[in-house]
Amino acid sequence: MCLAVPMEVKSIAGEVADVEIGGVRKQIRLDLIEDKPKLGEFVIVHAGFAIRCLSREDAMETIKIFQEGWNLELI
Amino acid sequence: MEVCGTHTVAIFRSGIHSLLPASVVHLTGPGCPVCVTHEAEVAAYLEMAGKPGVIVATFGDLMRVPGPGGASLKQAQAEGARIEVVYSPFDAIKIAQDHPQDKVLFLGIGFETTAPTVAATFKAAREQGLKNLLLMACHKLVPPALDALLSDPDMAIEAFMLPGHVSAIIGLEPYRPVAERYGLPAVVTGFEPLDILQSILLMLEMKRQGKPRVINNYKRVVADEGNPKARALLAEVFTVCDALWRGIGTIPGSGLCLSPAYKCFDAFEVLGVELKESKPLPGCRCGDVLKGLLRPNECPLFAKACTPATPVGPCMVSTEGSCAAYHKYQLDISSH
Repeated sequence: MCLAVPMEVKSIAGEVADVEIGGVRKQIRLDLIEDKPKLGEFVIVHAGFAIRCLSREDAMETIKIFQEGWNLELI
Repeated sequence: MEVCGTHTVAIFRSGIHSLLPASVVHLTGPGCPVCVTHEAEVAAYLEMAGKPGVIVATFGDLMRVPGPGGASLKQAQAEGARIEVVYSPFDAIKIAQDHPQDKVLFLGIGFETTAPTVAATFKAAREQGLKNLLLMACHKLVPPALDALLSDPDMAIEAFMLPGHVSAIIGLEPYRPVAERYGLPAVVTGFEPLDILQSILLMLEMKRQGKPRVINNYKRVVADEGNPKARALLAEVFTVCDALWRGIGTIPGSGLCLSPAYKCFDAFEVLGVELKESKPLPGCRCGDVLKGLLRPNECPLFAKACTPATPVGPCMVSTEGSCAAYHKYQLDISSH
């Protein structure tokens, strides 16, 4: 249940951001993170909230593992 | 022992079991929030769901969990109860706004990963002056459960694989007293097979060197200090209280209740529902499975009376439950 996935920030309006991974777009809340992400950065999303910001580099590392491990096209 | 349903699934799905030597035994602990939700809590939310003028908003995970007499939210819904499955707790605000004449009850289950999302939701509800959104807080905290498991003389846990996303909130510090008191290696771990194998290696090395400590092996997501803003929200909305865990019973200081400033959202008070003494599900050994004392396939009901299609207990209901994982991946663990 504590599943969380990295998603790319596409736009931000106040405490709400549009994020995307692998063609799946979601609107999420940013209430739980101190420093707001920049566009193009990634956030770890759990239950509709970002719980942590990731640098693009760190996110790419994780996404690469997902792509190779599960044969997914995410980016 | 791992204490995270996502680890349970990742370990089973990746076949790591088959790689482990006989001297390394993987135990699944109480890491599935659905599974550890106590029978009395299930009975209480089913009672609330039946009340007139109540709409239940819940994560889908709880829909099929069996309660007294085989009742479930899914069954209640089929019989006319109003139940909405939400992806985010925040979705419950919209439901409450759309139904001002009803009371919308959000079922707050989950560990430290999920509880801040609920805290942020109720903080927003308070700021908006929303009067018809209620919370049944059944949140549970991981470190007190680890302490409770280790203090049980029947347990033979030698290392903990710590949950990645719980740790993203609480950081490493809360685990240290437990790990130090019992001299156990403990490793915060990600969810890819290599993350898991590397953590097992770290545990074994610490054990061999006789230098147990808490290590963060999921640094790409977990900061050692966790997420202070999320913890501040938790501290504002909740207070720590004792909590009931299925199969374990009451663990002191292992739950979250609404703080005095948020009592107006407390479903127990507003709807007048109490946790009552409840009987365990007949024949279900979920409690022993959650403590790692019994492997799922050693339960007399496993794959006979209890299957994913007709689950008797929550460990078979939740996709993250160890019984469901054993069943799905058809593990032959007789050699372990």
